[in-house]
Amino acid sequence: MKVKMLSRNPDNYVRETKLDLQRVPRNYDPTLHPFEVPREYVRALNATKLERVFAKPFLASLDGHRDGVNCLAKHPKSLATVLSGACDGEVRIWNLTKRKCIRTIQAHEGFVRGICTRFCGTSFFTVGDDKTVKQWKMDGPGYGEEEEPLHTILGKTVYTGIDHHWKEAVFATCGQQVDIWDEQRTSPICSMTWGFDSISSVKFNPIETFLLGSCASDRNIVLYDMRQATPLKKVILDMRTNTICWNPMEAFIFTAANEDYNLYTFDMRALDTPVMVHMDHVSAVLDVDYSPTGKEFVSASFDKSIRIFPVDKSRSREVYHTKRMQHVICVKWTSDSKYIMCGSDEMNIRLWKANASEKLGVLTSREKAAKDYNQKLKEKFQHHPHIKRIARHRHLPKSIYSQIQEQRIMKEARRRKEVNRLKHSKPGSVSIVSEKKKHIVAVVK
Amino acid sequence: MSAAGVAESLLALSQQEELEDLPKDYPLSPSEDEEDIDGERKHQKLLEAISSLDGNNRWKLAERSEASLKVSEFNVTSEGSGEKLVLSDLLGPVKTSSSLAAVKKQLNRVKSKKTVELPLNKEEVERIHREVAFNKTSQALSKWDPIVVKNRQAEQLVFPLKKEQSAFAPIEHVLSSWKARTPLEQEVFNLLHKNKQPVTDPLLTPVEKASLKAMNLEEAKMRRAELQRARALQSYYEARARREKKIKSKKYRKVLKKGKAKKALKEFEKLQKENPTAALEELEKIEKARMMERMSLKHQNSGKWAKSKAIMAKYDLEARQAMQEQLARNKELTQKLQAASESEEEEGDVEEEGELLVPDAVNEIQMDADGPNPWMLRNHSSGTKEARIQDPEQLPEPVAHETPESEEEERPGAEEEILLNEFEERRSLRKKAELNQDTKPVSRQEPKDSSSQEVLSELRALSQKLNKENQSGKQKVSSARTVWVVQRKDPTEEEEEPLLLQRPERAQTVEDLEELGKEGCFQNKEVPRSVLEGQQLERNPNNHPGAPKEKKKKEQMIDLQNLLTMKSPSVKSLAVPMTIEELEDEEERDQKQMIKEAFAGDDVIRDFLKEKREAVEASKPKDVDLTLPGWGEWGGVGLKPSAKKRRRFLIKTPEGPPRKDKNLPNVIINEKRNVHAAAHQVRVLPYPFTHHQQFERTIQTPIGSTWNTQRAFQKLTMPKVVTKPGHIIKPIKAEDVGYRSSSRSDLSVVQRNPKQLTVRHKKQLKKNSID
Repeated sequence: MKVKMLSRNPDNYVRETKLDLQRVPRNYDPTLHPFEVPREYVRALNATKLERVFAKPFLASLDGHRDGVNCLAKHPKSLATVLSGACDGEVRIWNLTKRKCIRTIQAHEGFVRGICTRFCGTSFFTVGDDKTVKQWKMDGPGYGEEEEPLHTILGKTVYTGIDHHWKEAVFATCGQQVDIWDEQRTSPICSMTWGFDSISSVKFNPIETFLLGSCASDRNIVLYDMRQATPLKKVILDMRTNTICWNPMEAFIFTAANEDYNLYTFDMRALDTPVMVHMDHVSAVLDVDYSPTGKEFVSASFDKSIRIFPVDKSRSREVYHTKRMQHVICVKWTSDSKYIMCGSDEMNIRLWKANASEKLGVLTSREKAAKDYNQKLKEKFQHHPHIKRIARHRHLPKSIYSQIQEQRIMKEARRRKEVNRLKHSKPGSVSIVSEKKKHIVAVVK
Repeated sequence: MSAAGVAESLLALSQQEELEDLPKDYPLSPSEDEEDIDGERKHQKLLEAISSLDGNNRWKLAERSEASLKVSEFNVTSEGSGEKLVLSDLLGPVKTSSSLAAVKKQLNRVKSKKTVELPLNKEEVERIHREVAFNKTSQALSKWDPIVVKNRQAEQLVFPLKKEQSAFAPIEHVLSSWKARTPLEQEVFNLLHKNKQPVTDPLLTPVEKASLKAMNLEEAKMRRAELQRARALQSYYEARARREKKIKSKKYRKVLKKGKAKKALKEFEKLQKENPTAALEELEKIEKARMMERMSLKHQNSGKWAKSKAIMAKYDLEARQAMQEQLARNKELTQKLQAASESEEEEGDVEEEGELLVPDAVNEIQMDADGPNPWMLRNHSSGTKEARIQDPEQLPEPVAHETPESEEEERPGAEEEILLNEFEERRSLRKKAELNQDTKPVSRQEPKDSSSQEVLSELRALSQKLNKENQSGKQKVSSARTVWVVQRKDPTEEEEEPLLLQRPERAQTVEDLEELGKEGCFQNKEVPRSVLEGQQLERNPNNHPGAPKEKKKKEQMIDLQNLLTMKSPSVKSLAVPMTIEELEDEEERDQKQMIKEAFAGDDVIRDFLKEKREAVEASKPKDVDLTLPGWGEWGGVGLKPSAKKRRRFLIKTPEGPPRKDKNLPNVIINEKRNVHAAAHQVRVLPYPFTHHQQFERTIQTPIGSTWNTQRAFQKLTMPKVVTKPGHIIKPIKAEDVGYRSSSRSDLSVVQRNPKQLTVRHKKQLKKNSID
C-alpha cells in the first residue's frame, strides 16, 4: 500500500538566520478574506479615533521675555537655535533641545520690529523703533568682551521690517520705502517707493532671490525686482495685509496674511485673482510662514490661535490654542518641517508639533508601516460621515467658537441678500462676484 | 583821464538810465519804495563810474542774480519793445546778401519742422518701466511651471530634495577661529607653545613632521617591504621550529643530535686549523665537561629517575631504551676524547681500524661466553637498529657501531633515507595488520598483540645474526673493504629479507581472507536460501525437513504477513461499528423526532411565505383616495359615496419597478434605505471624483496587507511627503532642478524654451491653481 506523507520543503518555512523575517505563507485569494471594505472601514475609524486621542501638539513654552514677543527668526544652519525679539527691545536666542535661553541682548530701545538671520548663520540683523539697523554676531561675546553689535546703521525713519537675501550679502528694510542695503555700506544701494505709506513687511523670494514682496498699510501688496530697482506690480485688497510669505518650493506663489481674517495665496504672475482664499480665522491674521516642504503653511492670528492650512485647501486642517496664549504675533515653521513656534503677546514662545498626533522619536519599521497604512486608510475613508466628523472635531475656546457661529450667520445673511438682489433685479444688471475676486480691489500696473 | 572823459561817461550813464532800467540783484523786497531803489541805484552807478575813471574796466557786464525773463546775454534788454522776436524779422535782412544762403536754408528747414512731442510725464514712464520689468520677470518665472506641476502631482516627495554629503570638518578647521581668552586657557596654551606641542593638529609635533618629510616615499616603501620580508621570514622559521619541536620520533632526535655533534666536530676541526689556541680552549672545555660528568655520576643510572626506570625496565620497552640511552651517554662522556680522533683516523687508516676491531670482537665473544646478558637478550627481541648501534655492551662494537658511522660519513643522506624507508615500511605493515585484524577478527586468533614493530625487530635480529656470521667468517680472511661491501649490502638485505619473510605470512593472510570471504559469503547466502526454503516450506507445510532456523524464519514470515494483513482489519472492524452506526442513526432519528414534536405547531415555510407577502404588500405604493363622503350627495351613517365618485377621486400610483426578490421564493430583499447603514454611507459624491462608480472602485480596492502582497502594500501605503528627522529642508534651487539660476546681472531674462511647457501642463497648472 502507498502511504502518502505530508512533506514540506524546509526552504519554504525555515529562515536562514535569526534576523530574517519569518516567512508567513499567505493565500491572497479574495474569497478567503471577505468583507474587505467593512474591515478597512473599521480600521480607518479606529485610526481616526486614535489620531484624535493622541493629538497632543503642545510641546513646550519658552518663557523669559519681559514683554510681548514681536518677531521670530530661524537659524539657517541649526535646527535647535531660534531667535526672538520682544517689544521691550530685547533679543533672545534659544536652544530648543534644552528649551532654554542661551543669550540675551538688549538690542534696541522700544520695539524690536524685525529680526533676520544671515544665510550663513554667522550673524543676524535687527531693526528697532530707535531707527537703527544692527548686525550681531551669532556667537556670544568672548571672555571679557562687551555685548556689542558688529555694525549699527542709524536711519532717518523708523524701520518696520527686515529680511536678508538668500544668497548674497544684501538685506532689505522697509519703513517709508523699501531700502536695499549692502552689508558693507551705511547707506542703501537703492530705495524703491510706490506711493507714500508705511510698509509693514518685506520678504525676499527664496528661489528667485532677486524678487521681493512688501505690504503696506494702504492695503496694498507690492512686488519689486531688486536687479532693475523697480517695483513690478501692486495689488490692492479690501483690507490691510500684515505680512506675506513666499512658498519655498514654488517660486511664484506667495501667501498674504490679511486683516480681514483671511489669507490669500497669489500667483505673482496673475495678481487679479488669488489662487486660494484661506478662511477660518475669526480675527486679523498677523503672521504666516510656510512649511519648508511648501505643502502647508501656518498662520498666527489676533484671535489667540494658530492654524495650519494646506496650500490647496481653503479651510484649515488644524487649530492650536491654549488657555494662556494671547494674541499670537509671530509664527515660524521649523526647517525640518516637524515643529511650529509661535510668539505671543503674553511674553511666551510656544513650541508645537506640526502633526498633532505624530509620535516623536525614532520609529521601528513596523511602526512606520502601521502609521503609513493608517494614514492611507484615513485618506481613503475621509468622506465617510462618521470618520469625517471625528477627524474634523476640535475643541475651541468659547470666544472663537461663538465668533465662528456669528460669522457664519453674517455670511449666510450676506449671501441671502445677494441672491435676493440677483433674483429681484433685471437679469444681467447684477452679477455674482466669486469669493476669490471679491476681496481684490485693484491691480495697479 | 581828463574831465571830458568823465563827463562823457556821466552822460552815457544818464542815457542808460533813460533807456533801460536794468533789473539788478538787490536783496530788497519789491514792496519797498521805488524812489529809494532808484536813488540807491544811481548812487551805485555813480560810484562805478567814478571807479572806472581809471579807464581799465570801463564796461562792466550787468550782474545777473535773479531769475528774470528780461535777461539778455549781451546786456540787451527787450524791455520797452514788448514785441516778440519773429524769425521772419531775422530773415528779412538776410535776403539781400547771397552769401548767407546756407544759413537761410537751415533756417527755412527749421521753420518747416513741426514741434517735438512733449516727453511723457514721470509717472507714466515709471509705469511703462514697471510693466516691462513685470513681463520679463513673469516670463522668467514661468520656467518653474513644469517643476511645480511635477512636484504637485508627484506620488511621493522626499525632502530634503538634494542629498547633502555629510561634511566632516577637521577639528583644526573648527578650532581655527577659536582663541584662548581666559587666563587659564592662555596659560595652557603658553605651555603647549613652549614645548612646541601641536595645538591644532593633535597628532604630530614639528619634529615628527620634519622627520616624516625627511624620509621620502620610496625609501619608506623599501623599508616597509624589508620589514615585511623580515617578519615573514621570522614567522616561517618560527613555524618550522615549532613543527620540528613537535616531532616525537626519537630516531629523528638522535639523528639530529648526531648531526649536531658532527657539525660541532667539524667546526672544531676548522678551528684547530685556523686558530689552534681557541681549539685548545674548546678541547679543554670538552675535557672539563667530561671530567664533570665523571665526577657527577649523572648518567650512571644511579639517580632517582634512573632507579625508577630500572624497576620499570622489566616491563616497559621505552624505559629500557631510556636507560640504555643514559648509559650510552655516560660512556660517551666518560670516554677520553681519543674516540673522536679515532673516527677521524678511520677514513685514512683502515688497518688500524682492523686492529681496533679485533679486540672488540673478542670482547663480544667473551661477553657471549660470559653468558646471556639480560639486556642483550631483551634487546635481541626488541631492540631497533639504532638501539643496537648505540648499545655499547650488547652488540659487536666494530660491526654495529663503527660501520654505520663510516657509512654515514660517506653518504650523510643515506641514514635519513633509511629512516624514511623504515618509517614507510612500518606504516605499511601497520596498515596491513590493521587490515588483517579488520578482515579476520575470528580466524586469526593468534593476535599481533606485540605490534608489527616487534615482528620487524625479530626479523632484523635474524638478519643481523646472519651478518655477524658472515662477518666473523670473513673478518679474518677478507680485508676490511670487503666487509664494508657486505655491510653496505646489509641494509638492502635487511630490507629484502623482512619482505621475503613476510611474504608467506601475507599470502597466508590473503588466503585467510579468501577463506573468510567465502565463509562470509556462505553465511550471507545461507540466509536467503533459508528464507526461500522457508517460503517453500510454507507452501508445502507437509514437507518438513525440520530445522529450528527455518522455524524461526517461518515465524518471521508470519509476522510479515501479519503486517500486510494489518490493513484488512478494517473489514473485520466494520462489523463492530456497524451496530454503533445503527445506534447513531437511531439517535438522529430520535432527535429529529423530538425536534418535530417540539416544533409541531410551527409551519416555518408558510410563515415565511406569509411574511414575504406582507412585505411585498407593504412595499407596494398605495392608491390615494380623495373622495369626501357627503359632498354632492347625501351623507350619513351607512351611506357610501358612489362608485363613480370614488373612481373619480381615486388617484392610482404608478407601479414601481419589479421587486428584486420576485423570482427568489426563499428570500426577502428589503429595498428600503437602511437608516443605520446610511449613517456610515457617503451621501454626496466627494469632490475629485466625477462619477460614483469611480469613487466606489477606490473604496472597494483594499490597501491592507491582508489583501495585498507585501510589495503592493508598501506601494499602496506610500506616504506623499517624506521628511528626514533632523535634516534642514532648504528652498528649492534652480541648480537642483537643472536650471541656470538667474543672477543679478541676468537682466535680459529670456525663457529658455517657452514652448517646452506643453498645453497639457498649462492646463493642469491652471486646474491646480483653481483647486
